Parts: sequence; structure tokens; C-alpha cells
Amino acid sequence: MFKKQYWLILLLGAVFLTGCASFSASSQAEDAGKLVIYSGRSESLVAPVIEQFSQASGVKVEVRYGNTSELAATLLEEGENSPADVFYAQDPGGLGAVANAGLLAPLPEETLTKVDSRYRSAEGLWVGVSGRIRVVVYNTQSLQPEDLPADLFGFTDPRWKGKIGWAPTNASFQAMVTAMRQMWGEERTREWLLGILANQPVVFDGNTAIVEAVGRGEIEVGFVNHYYLYRFLREQGDSFPARNHFMNNGGPDSLVMVSGVARLAAGKNEENALKFINFLLSPVAQQYFASQTSEYPLVAGVQIQAGLTPLENLNAADITVDQLADLEGTLNLLREAGVVP
Amino acid sequence: MSRDFILSGRFGTISSPPARGSWLYLPAVLVALGMTVPLIYLIIRASSADQSVWSWLLRVQTLQIMGQSLLLAVTVMVSAMFFGVLLAWLVTRTDLIGRKLWAALLPLPLVIPSYVGAYLFVSFFSPRGLLQTLLQTWFGVDRLPSIYGFWGTWLVLTLLTYPYVFLAVRAVLSRSDRSLEEAARSLGYSPLQTFLKVTLPQLQPALAASGLLVGLYVLRDFGAVSILRFTTFTRAIYLQYQSSIDRSAAALLSLVLILITIGFLAAEQQFRHSAAEHPHTAVRPAGPIRLGGGQVPALFAVNLILLIGLVLPAGVLFYWLVRGVAAGEQLSGWLRPLVGSLSAAGLAALITSLAALPVSILTVRRSGWFNKVLEKWSYLGYAVPGVVVALALVFFGANYLPALYQTLAMLLFAYMILFLPQAMGTLQASLRQVQRSLEEAAASLGENPLRVFQRVTLPLMMPGVASAAALVFLTTMKELPATLLLAPIGFSTLATQVWAAVSEAYFARAAAPALILILASSVSMYLINHHSTQSGSSQ
Repeated sequence: MFKKQYWLILLLGAVFLTGCASFSASSQAEDAGKLVIYSGRSESLVAPVIEQFSQASGVKVEVRYGNTSELAATLLEEGENSPADVFYAQDPGGLGAVANAGLLAPLPEETLTKVDSRYRSAEGLWVGVSGRIRVVVYNTQSLQPEDLPADLFGFTDPRWKGKIGWAPTNASFQAMVTAMRQMWGEERTREWLLGILANQPVVFDGNTAIVEAVGRGEIEVGFVNHYYLYRFLREQGDSFPARNHFMNNGGPDSLVMVSGVARLAAGKNEENALKFINFLLSPVAQQYFASQTSEYPLVAGVQIQAGLTPLENLNAADITVDQLADLEGTLNLLREAGVVP
Repeated sequence: MSRDFILSGRFGTISSPPARGSWLYLPAVLVALGMTVPLIYLIIRASSADQSVWSWLLRVQTLQIMGQSLLLAVTVMVSAMFFGVLLAWLVTRTDLIGRKLWAALLPLPLVIPSYVGAYLFVSFFSPRGLLQTLLQTWFGVDRLPSIYGFWGTWLVLTLLTYPYVFLAVRAVLSRSDRSLEEAARSLGYSPLQTFLKVTLPQLQPALAASGLLVGLYVLRDFGAVSILRFTTFTRAIYLQYQSSIDRSAAALLSLVLILITIGFLAAEQQFRHSAAEHPHTAVRPAGPIRLGGGQVPALFAVNLILLIGLVLPAGVLFYWLVRGVAAGEQLSGWLRPLVGSLSAAGLAALITSLAALPVSILTVRRSGWFNKVLEKWSYLGYAVPGVVVALALVFFGANYLPALYQTLAMLLFAYMILFLPQAMGTLQASLRQVQRSLEEAAASLGENPLRVFQRVTLPLMMPGVASAAALVFLTTMKELPATLLLAPIGFSTLATQVWAAVSEAYFARAAAPALILILASSVSMYLINHHSTQSGSSQ
């Protein structure tokens, strides 16, 4: 009977060695050096861009994919000993936490100025890469765009009882509430939260689930980011019965949010890190985001997704990314109001 | 007590020299030290938690959340134990048609990550899900009742966790002596009476251990509770990370979770303590219980559970895959994650089972407070959410062991911390069935302890070892937080691929790796099963 066990162990060892071999084969450093990226943006979204960069520059790129907040926590735990050169985050919250810990290096002026000052950190510690807007996604079988109120406050009307979906634990939603606190003030924001709560909204885990539920007709409207809808349209066709509505009123419900990138001060590959950040802001990469992920490019002169209004024509909330940094205050308000546990 | 004592075959305890096997303390204590890493980290981080966290912790709502956590853990535990025992009994003790096949299929829901399982469940059963679409075309049903909240979460978690009980109980039933049961039957007991009065008491240690695993799984689950919208304590901890990246607050909450776990461990100890040991060695092939007319309801139960727990999830995945391929989705690049998953999970199964052996032997073969503490200590990593263990190792690895940081060794260490109790529970249960007089006979014939273990104890507990390795293998296949944060950079597994695609709503892209994950785990399950039955019968 022991013979069989040895075979099993031998088999495991063989599988393991194959795994190792495929690693070492791919980890031979080339002349252009290497670069280590921690990406809070998912592999399905950004791997093609990173591959393009690697091909064009000859830099050997290693990427750790994860959730933005968990990677931010990882960077905080690693401190000066982090192997990472670049942190590419889904939202400003994670970047802010790492910036506050003093782990980021300032970016050069010519990199920063490629992007509107609203979409980068005031201290120049990180820069926005692509944008998305907050929208109301609605079911086209039960609603027309003109049925929707002029701002999110309109959804506190009892007519919307049981018809709203939201994801209060989602980072983008919380960023919007932070914008509300900045622009509407604490009191009115609390009033809005309680008003929506009174309408018994259906609570979701994230944007995707909301868009899906609106498409199924489980709810009529949902507060989401614009680009999830396009995934469904791509996979399920134009018959998918949901569309986006941008509030376009200049208030916090017309918020533009960004993904951003930063360089770690302790990183060993400074030159490649800057090369990569500049590549993300190049027309090639920006065009990729516009056409593949349906996001807004933040650099001028790039063709955007059909059906989207160009960023410069939107009446977007006038607020800087630094003003969106107070997540702690937002979390406290959400808890007080009983929106999150 | 003396009757129990005699029945339990514990004569050896008195005569065996106390010093034997003491060398086992060295590896056991080393493993326990490893388990301490998350605890030290949590204490360091929690000590800097500020006032607002404490005030949040002491609110009425927080108590309510804790209550919800406990309610969910206990109810899932009870239902998982019920189904686990019932199914294990059906496939080992009866003439159920196709029981070999059911035995191979029934553990499989274990391989489905909870966030994927919950997601698939929602897309099928939700008020406007796939099922409603079908019912609409046939019967014009417009909307199904909501599945969110407590009951949906309870159902999904029960289906994902009953295999823990099933595997543990099956391992005991397939080795335990049936002569008592046959005697009971010949004395006129009905199958049910025999089961309750004779079989169930033998199962008590295995039930206690696997029930504990289920309870703790539920306490620290994040995926199912967040998708099915039921707020538990772990969900609160994740929120803390997600929203404010406040590590000290999350650490404090994790320490509370450890306190709750200590309560569970104490309860398990009580439950197990009341159980007598029933060591047997001679497995006599006995005629299975004839189900007769009971075949139909039994087959119905088995198939219903497999339908909801395995066929439906796989079916939805297959639907996504077909729909995606029809829309022109490219399917490629699954080989590397497959190799990654298999090698990581295979090594984790090997190492974790090995690491669990010394402490399992010590705690079963010896009593005393130190051994008890050693045993409970092993649950430390299992008491807190995976991301907490992962961050603890990030902290220690990056700052104190840079040479090992983000290597496969570090990842395997994390898996060991996370899954050791799973292996330990199963090993202990099977060790309790090994008659000590056999070991002593071998020792008295002049064999050294290592040889006794290799030639007598290990072969007898082989089905248990196989089960333990299988459990660790299957749970490692789906592990996510530690793999994401600690794996060598660029190392991908099927679970990370599924997560990356699902989190961005690329369903078709998620479907292929998820199906391969289920398939690869099934094949591995089959091999382990096959292997353990063969080695069991070759003695």
C-alpha cells in the first residue's frame, strides 16, 4: 500500500516542479530591468495594457492583483520593505491611505499635468488614469428617462418605495456620500440617507449585482457607476433592458471618480515605474480604457464609448479628489444613520 | 464509569510507559508557535485602536450583529450535521442504489467558493433569476419570493458545509465495527433505533469536530453573507477594511471573533467529553441494511441535495460559458492556473496533514491541560477571516523574513495556519478508532515507536489521513485572500481567476475556470477515495 502513496507524492512533486519551472523560465530579467505592480484593478481589465507596456518597453513586469483596499492594507503592513514599485488603484480611497502613511513618492510635473487638476492629488502623489461617472441605472421596461427625478434627493419620494437598489458598502457609493457631505453638508446628507432608507431600498453587495437586478426587473432603479452596464450589453446584447441616466446637475450625484496610479517611494525601479505611469497616460492606453472598459479617458484626444457624453460636456460635480479623502467621516455617518452595520 | 472504561478498551493507558512518544512535543509545539503569528499581529494592531472603535463595539447594534452571527453559525451547524450524517449513513450502511457514485459526488459542493456558490444561487433563485425566467415561459410566474437574508444564507452555507460532516462521519462509519449494530438489529431494534442507540454514539467525536469546523466556517465566511445580504460580525470586519483601511479596528474586531471561537471550542469539548471511545479494528464485511421501499425517498434526498448543491451551480456556469462563447468570448490561459491550483493545494494537503499528525496523536493519546491547550491553540488561525491571517503574514514576512516573503513556502505556511484544524479533527477521529492494544502488542514485540506508528497505527488510520488530506486539498483549491496577498508574484490559481472575472462581471470568463476548478477537484476526490478504499482493503 505504501507504493501507491509514493506514487501520489511523486506525482505531486512532478506537478509542483512543472509549476516552478514555468516560473523560473518566465522570470529571467531582461536588459530593460523589471517592475513590480500592485494592481487593485482586476486582471481582466488591465492585463492587456500591462502586456502592451511590457512588449513596447522590454521591461519585465510582475503584477500582484487583488482588491484595492486589501492591497493598500498590504502596502501599509509592508512599509519600507514592500517589493512594489507601483500601486494602481481602483479608487482614490486606497491611494489616500497609502499616501497618508508617507509611502508614496511625488510624481514629476510633466506627468501630473497630463491630467486635469481635479483628477489628481494636490500634493502630486498620485494621478488619475481613467474615470467613471455616477449614474442612475433604470429598467427600460418600467421607466422612461423623463420619469426620473432631477437629482438623487428626488428618490426620497414615497413613489420609489421598494424600487431602489444601492450598495452602501461599495467604495464608489461611499465616495459619492463623501461628495454629498462636502457639497450638501452633513445634515442634508443624513436627511437623504434617512429618506432613502425610509423607501426600503434593496441592499446589494456591489454595482454589478445592482445592474443585473435592474436588468431582471427585481428593482427599477439603482445608484451605480456607469461602465458596468456596458459589460452586460456586450455579453447579453442590446436587448438587455437597462440603461444609464446621468444626473448632469453639477451636484454630488453627478460625480466623476477616477482610478489612479502612484509610485512607491521605497520602490527599486524608479525609472521603469515612471515609464509605466506615463504609458498609462499615453493615447494608446487611454484608448484601450475608452473602448475596452467603457471608461472615460482622462487625457484629451481619445475616442470615447458610443453613447457617452464627453467629459468636458458634462455638468459634473465641482470637487477635487482630495476632498473625497475623508472616508472615516463618511463611514461614521453611514453607521449613525444605520445604513451600514 | 468502569463499564465505559472497559468497553473503550483503554486498558493500555495504565501500563504504557508515560515517556513514550514525548518527542512528538517538539513538532507539535513548533506548529503551535506558527499558529501564534496571527494572534501576535492582532494584539499589536488592536493596541492602537482608538476610542471610536471601542464605542462602536459596545453599541447595542453590535451585540445584535453578534447575535445574528451566532444564530447563523448554530443553525447551519445543526442542519449540516443532520444532512452530513444522513448522507454518510446512506452511502456506507445501506444498499442505496448507486451509492459508490453518490459517495464520490456528495463531498463536491465543498470545492465551490462561498462567494461563487452564493452568486450562482442568486442568479438562479432570485426573484427575477433564471428559474423565474423558465417559470415565466411555462407558467407565467412574474416574481419569486425573495431569497435574501437569513434563510437564503442558511441554505447556501448548509449546502457548502455539510461535506465537512459527511467526510468525517463517512471515515468513521467505513472503519467502525458493525458487530454491535448487527447485535442490536438481531435483538429486534429497527434501523432507526440501531442508528440512534448504537451508531450515533460512535460518531460523537467526529460529529463534534466536524460540526465545530462548520460553525467556524460560518462565523468567518464573508462571501455568502455579503451576497445574500445577511450582516454578520465578519462582514463588519471586512467593511472596516474596505471602507477605511482601518487595520487596528479590524484587528480589535477579530480578537472578539477569537473570543467567540473560544466559546465554540468549549462547547465542542463538552459535547465530545460525553462521548465514549469506541476503538475497533476488525472490520467485518456485513450485509448492508436493505432500504426496500425506502430507496425512493433516500434517492430523492440525495439527488435533491446534489441538484441544488452541485448540478445547479455547474449548470449556471455552463450556461454562462455557452452564452459567452456564443458572444465570441475567447477561452484560453487556464493551464497555468490549473497547475498553480493543483500544486499549491496538493502540497498544502501534504504539509498540513503532516503538521496536524503530532498534535492529533498527543491530544488523543494523552490527557492533561497542556495537551488540551495545544489542541485548542491550533484553531487560532481558523477563528479569524482569511484576510486577517494573510495580513498578519504580510506583516511578519515583509518585515522579519524578507527572504521567504511572497514565496511558495510562505503561502503553504499560511494554508497550514488556516486549515490545520480541518486536518486535525479528521485525524483525531480516526485515531480514536485505532485499538491501542495493537500498538502495544507491536511495541512489546520490540518494535520502536516510529515503526509501531508506521506499521500499525498509520495503516489503520489511513482512511482518516486520506480524508484529512482531501479536506485540506479541496479547501485550498478555493482559498482566496491568502493566495492573493501571499503567493509568489504572478502565481495564479483557478480561484483567483474566477474571482478576478466575477468581481468585474465577466461571467463567461469566470465560467471556464470555475468549471475546471470543480472538475479538477472532482477528479482529485475520486483518486483520493479510490486510493483510500484500496489501502483500507489491502490489509
